This record gives sequence, structure tokens and C-alpha cells, in this order.
Amino acid sequence: MSNSPLTPGIVAARLPAAAYQSNFADHEPALDRHEARVAADRCYFCHDAPCMTACPTSIDVPLFIRQIATGTPEAAAKTIFDQNILGGMCARVCPTEQLCEEACVREAAEGKPVEIGRLQRFATDTVMVKGVHPFKRAKPTGKSVAVVGAGPAGLACAHRLAMKGHDVVVYDARPKAGGLNEYGIASYKSTNDFAAREVEWLLKIGGIRIETGKALGRDLALADLQKSHDAVFLGIGLGGVNALRAPGEDMKNVRNAVDFISELRQTSDKSTLPIGRDVVVIGGGMTAVDAAVQSKLLGAENVTIVYRRGQEKMSASGYEQDHAAQAGVRIIIHAAPVAVQDGAVEFAYTEEWPKGLTVTSQTFTLKADQVFKAIGQTLSGAPEGLKLEGGKIAVDGHGRSSVPGIWAGGDCASGGDDLTVTAVKEGRDAAEDIHASLMA
Amino acid sequence: MADLTSNFIGIKSPNPFWLASAPPTDKKYNVERAFEAGWGGVVWKTLGAEGPPIVNVSGPRYGAIWGADRRLLGLNNIELITDRPLEVNLQEIKEVKRKWKDRAMIISLMVPCDEDSWKAILKQIEDTEADGVELNFGCPHGMAERGMGSAVGQVPEYIEMVTRWVKQYSRMPCIVKLTPNVTSILPPAMAAKRGGADAVSLINTIKSITNVDLDAFSPFPMIDGKGSHGGYCGPAVKPIALNMVAEIARHEETRGLPISGIGGVTTWHDAAEFLALGAGNVQVCSAAMTYGFKIVQEMISGLSQYLDEKEMALSDLIGRAVPNFVEWQHLNLNYVTKAVINQDDCIKCGRCYAACEDTSHQAIAMSEDRTFTVKDDECVACNLCVNVCPVDNCITMQTLPKGALDERTGRKVGNYANWTTHPNNPGAVAAE
Repeated sequence: MSNSPLTPGIVAARLPAAAYQSNFADHEPALDRHEARVAADRCYFCHDAPCMTACPTSIDVPLFIRQIATGTPEAAAKTIFDQNILGGMCARVCPTEQLCEEACVREAAEGKPVEIGRLQRFATDTVMVKGVHPFKRAKPTGKSVAVVGAGPAGLACAHRLAMKGHDVVVYDARPKAGGLNEYGIASYKSTNDFAAREVEWLLKIGGIRIETGKALGRDLALADLQKSHDAVFLGIGLGGVNALRAPGEDMKNVRNAVDFISELRQTSDKSTLPIGRDVVVIGGGMTAVDAAVQSKLLGAENVTIVYRRGQEKMSASGYEQDHAAQAGVRIIIHAAPVAVQDGAVEFAYTEEWPKGLTVTSQTFTLKADQVFKAIGQTLSGAPEGLKLEGGKIAVDGHGRSSVPGIWAGGDCASGGDDLTVTAVKEGRDAAEDIHASLMA
Repeated sequence: MADLTSNFIGIKSPNPFWLASAPPTDKKYNVERAFEAGWGGVVWKTLGAEGPPIVNVSGPRYGAIWGADRRLLGLNNIELITDRPLEVNLQEIKEVKRKWKDRAMIISLMVPCDEDSWKAILKQIEDTEADGVELNFGCPHGMAERGMGSAVGQVPEYIEMVTRWVKQYSRMPCIVKLTPNVTSILPPAMAAKRGGADAVSLINTIKSITNVDLDAFSPFPMIDGKGSHGGYCGPAVKPIALNMVAEIARHEETRGLPISGIGGVTTWHDAAEFLALGAGNVQVCSAAMTYGFKIVQEMISGLSQYLDEKEMALSDLIGRAVPNFVEWQHLNLNYVTKAVINQDDCIKCGRCYAACEDTSHQAIAMSEDRTFTVKDDECVACNLCVNVCPVDNCITMQTLPKGALDERTGRKVGNYANWTTHPNNPGAVAAE
């Protein structure tokens, strides 16, 4: 007898084969040409547009939307890529409801912003599908830059440097380039191997070599990189995961949500992935939502997100929370894990005070044959000698670390939200500063 | 519900909404559908002289321009008069009129500019029991090259001559349809009046090229790689039509000549505007071609509601705005308004700022937090900010009361005074 959502334990193939295909299809399908025209018509072409200010990479949103409206999505894509070379992925994963679309004046006017994210995807897809790369390298400068980490920050930095004529070597510990774009985003947001195709497209600029399977501190020493290159950019992300600090955390049914998400992304046949009947996800961010929703899509019967603070403190956006709720995920707030037991997790309700969080004596237990930890990532393996700030590599506004010749950006660096789009901005801006200092 | 019954030069119809002579009125099938939908009358698509009918192109006949969301704003056509045999049209007109006695049935005519041709066609239509004729002196494309349509409408002497023949050889009420492709609409209207016309109708379409195919390098509509000018109509031409209607309505020589208003009427509101500027009824085409015949139901309900709210009869509305249509020199130069931005309604798009700062009088300030305010000492009250604002009524014009200080000029608002007495006018008549 085949498995179903009711099968006890952690098992694969809980759903009919066809269900996996539809569950993991593009969750927000691309606009077609007509839909894009209609959506673009709604833009008011604001003066000094609030959407542009709200975008960490300052994409000229009104201009690119006008370019779509006038039948030139290729020009629109160029406008986007000028500011954000990963505009294709950002169009898919940006929390637009907290950025450009929140700032859209039509959000204020009628509660329905212009669909900036989907329009951005329409424009960038148009160009990327054709395989057109709209940038050319400048004359070679003879300078060489090492970029550590092939995630959004590293790739944005590498592209901008290559465009300026520098030779770039990108090192990454994982077998594939892309960083969180490849390993850390829910499958239904990046379908058809988009992250890998985007890297391939980005590399068309030329002058970038990618070396995978090379980890800083294991296969590479920072001192050696400094010697063999004229500058170093660190975009190494956050490799560590916060602990629950509850007894039973080391039981084998307790897993890091980021590893689960990564495995999902790298598995083409989702029916082979085992998932619990009762799944509990602990945390309140995008990772928690991505893990919970995908657990449900794999066929778990009951999926619950448990977060220790109030809903307004959750770093997952309202849109993401709604998405989880629609997928059938239950969200419990103001509860912290007390102990992981065999087949269950015991929680205690919490209370928030100006001085912090306290755990009450009131407890409850959730059935759980699988538990995912999603309570934040930490910097791990940061090279010695770099000043840290708030547990991250300290950088100034140009991305310069405390050591001359070393820049850093993305999640591993201080400042900015841990978003793809922020990482792109930091990588891009560090590249500009590296270029300025190399050419001085 | 207000009584919309219309009596235009003795022709009665249940409402003042007629379909203009055009493709929608080319045959019995369409006209009956229009009557079923509620249209008050139709002007049947223009009939030509007896003999082999004209031939239309079989490529695109229409071009268009669009606004946001592909809303049709302007339509252009190169279709000629009816291409069906005269006897078929006459037979159908008779059948429809017999069946729909309460609806107005007007026959549009266009034949060569000689007395015999007109005499002949008038005789041929006599038997149809139609309510009147409309002389098509307006079509600017195709037929004009053959000395008909706007080729006649552009020469007042011809208008007068043909109108006289029509009145001589027919007892039917006669409406002369005017072309807007003239420098002034007044001489053609005067000529029609002199010739004995019972009414004029206007405007016919405007010579136009809607767009150019940038691959084939041909104007559109494009027939086998070539384009010809067409006649422009639809919402875009309404302002032109309103002005021409109003000019005829107010001029001392043409005042009182009944007018059937045509040109971009799309809603009841448009129709009411035509009526207020002196039209006795309106004719519609593009709106029906865009949305179908059902729109007349909104026109009927809307005009009724408006008249009820104003406690007016239809006849009270006709011409009511004409006395207020004056020449520029009679406008009050001591009337001062200032733009006011309602901060509660403002969505902070900044379009008013961009428009004023880049292209007008630098009279809007923008703060760090995107609050937009009008600088009264710079505002000339041009109204551009009102026009570009996407929120209806967010920016309004506030009138300064008499005696209030205009911060821009440093002068107090005075009594009515116009250019004719202004000290800067070299030809001013000194006020005694």
C-alpha cells in the first residue's frame, strides 16, 4: 500500500506523482505580453519615484515600466540590469510588498500597487530567454580580484569588476555557484533551474572564472588570496545555524531548515524526499516559511510554525505569512521550545516585556515526527584578523573591511537587511570602490 | 425619470440619441438591433446615385489610437459610402421604418454635384417614408477626390446651391452635414442656412493619419504597403466638435439654426455637453463601434438622472451654456484662483511637481517627506497640476474673493474687467 499524508513517520512519496509537479511549479507565473502591457499602464511615472527610493539597488522603476508599456522590454531589462545584474532573481524573491510595491503611490491610492516585481520579471526574462547579455567588458586592466563566495553579493561584485576590465576569480565552497539563489530559496520561486541559468548568463560578460569546491579556511587561505590578487571581496554568507538550546535538539529527527531547503532544491524528483506526517518548524523568518510550506507541498499532514515572539516581529513578510496560511500551515506565536521529545515537541508560552522575553509556566505539546530549526544563521569561518561587528564582518559604507585590500558584502557583512537585493547592492558598490582604489 | 422625447426639426424620436450615418447603419440587420437596444433614431449610411455601387477596400478600413489599457481614444476610417445596391437599401429602409414607426429614420445622401443627380435621388427615396434627409458634405476621404463629400462642404457656394435643390425637389426636412476640414465652420453653416437647410449636423470626420507602420514605412490603415488619409473620430475629436457646434450656436447669423451634434459622444455626459452648447440632439458612431449598441442604455439613464437632479426638461438643457461661450477678450482678467492640494487625498506621486517645476511656473514645493504644496506667490492658476493629477479632485482651484490679496501680483482682487479696457491693450476703450 502506497504512502499518504497520514502515513506515520518520515517517509517519501506521500502524494501521487502528478501532485509534486503542480505543487512545485512556478508559484507566481510570468506575465504574458498583454498582461504586462496592462500592468505597465497602471504606473503613474512618479517624480523622484518612491519605488526607486525603496529599492536597495535603486532600479529606475518608472523608466523600465514605461519602456515595457512602449513595447521595448529589452530596454527595460537594460535599465534594471544597469543597477542590479541579478534583477531576474530579485524579481522572483524580493519581498516587494515591503520594498518597491509598499512605496508605490497606488498602494496608497487604492491598496493595489503596480506589480513591479512581476513586471521586472517580464522584462528580465525577455532578454535572458534570448540569451542576450547587454553588457561589454572594458579593456583589460591587468588587475586581478578574488571573490570568495558565488552568492548574490559575490556574483554582483564579480560582474561589475569584470565589466570594468578586471580579471575575477570567484571561489565557492559548494559544488555549484549561486549561493542562496541556488541552495536557499524555495523551489517554487526559482523553477526550471533558474539560478544556474542566471549564473551562466551573468558569466557571458567574460573575464570571470569560477572555482567551486574551494572553501575559505579549508582549501584557501586569505593571506594567499591577498598575495595572488590585487584585491579580495568576501561574500561568504552565513554558514552557521543558531541552536535551539533545548534538550533533545540533537535527536535525529531534528534538522536545520536551510539544509532541508537546500536538499529540496537539489532534488529533481521531489517524490523521493522523505517528510514527516507532523512537522514542526521553529522560527519566524523566510526560512521558516519556505521550510514549512514545502513540507506541506511534500505531503505532510500537519505543519506548524512556532515563533517565540509576536506576529509583528516575524521577519517573514505579511505576504509570506499569508502564503504559508494558504498552503495550510498553522502559525503559533509567543511560544518557545522547552524540550524535543520522541515524536513531539514541548513548548512554553512566552511573554514579551520591555526588557525582553520571559517563558511562562504554561506549556503545550505538539506532535512532531520531524522538527526543523529556522531560528537564524550566523557567520562561521570568518578569517582571523578581520574586525567583527554584531557577529558580522565590519565594513564601512563602501564595503571596506578593517583590513586594507579586503572588502566584504552580503549577509556576512555588517549593515543592511539579509536580502538578495541588499547583497547585490553591496557587491556592486564594493566593486565600484575596488575599481576606484585599483585604478587610483 | 425625465422625459427624453425629442423633437428635432419636427422629427420625433423617443430620445435624442441617434446613430450617425456610418457602418453601423448600413443595413436593416444592424439598424433593427440598434432600435431593439433603444436608439432613438438612425441616419442610414450614405446612399449614392443609382448604378453600379462604389467599391470599398478589402484591407484594413480602420486605424486607431489608444490610451491606457488599450482604451480606444480615436478611430480613423477609409470606408466609403454604402457599397450595396441602391434598391436594396431603399427596400430595407422602408421595411424598417414601417416596423419602427416611433424611431427617427434619416437618409444620408451623396451624389455628384449637379441638379439632375440630386433631383433623381430625391425622387427615388420619396417612397421610403423616411423622416428626413442628411446631405453628406463631410466625408474627407475617397469620395472627396471624386468631387463629393467634403469637396462640396469646403465650398460654401456649393453647399448653398445643393441645399436649395434639395429643398426645391423634396418636402422632407433637410439636414446639412458639415465637414470640420475647413478654416472656419461658420461660412459653411451660413451657406446651409441661406440654402434653406432645416438644420446642420456636425462634425463629420477629420482628415488624419493615425500612425505609421515603422517596418513597412507606410501610413495606417495600410493597404498593400500604401496608406491614404482617413476620417478621424471618437473621443479624441470631441473638443473640436464642441467648439464648432458652439460657434454656430452663438453666432448672430446662424443662431437658432438647429444643430445635430456629432463628434466623440461616448457617454450621457458627452451628450449633455453637446446639448448644453446648442445641439438639439446628438449622433453617435465610434462609441457604438467600440462597445456595441447597448451603450445607449447608459446614455438614456444618465441623461435622465441628470435632468431629474437639475429639475430640468430636455429643452431647458439645449443651448443653456451658449451665452457663457464668449471670446477671450471678454474674460474677466480680475478673476484670480489658486491651486490647492488636498493633503488627505494626495498619494505623493509628484506629477504635479514635475509638471509645474519642469514646464510651468515653479509654483509647487516638494518637501523631504514628499509633501507637495502650492506657492501662492508663484501660482498663475494654469490648472496643469489639476490636469496631470491622477486623483480626481485632489487638486482644486480656489477662487480668491473680491478684495483678497493675490500674493503673486501683490494686488487685491478687483471688479470684473476685461482686455477691451485693459491699460496694456493699445486698442483699449478708455473706461469713462
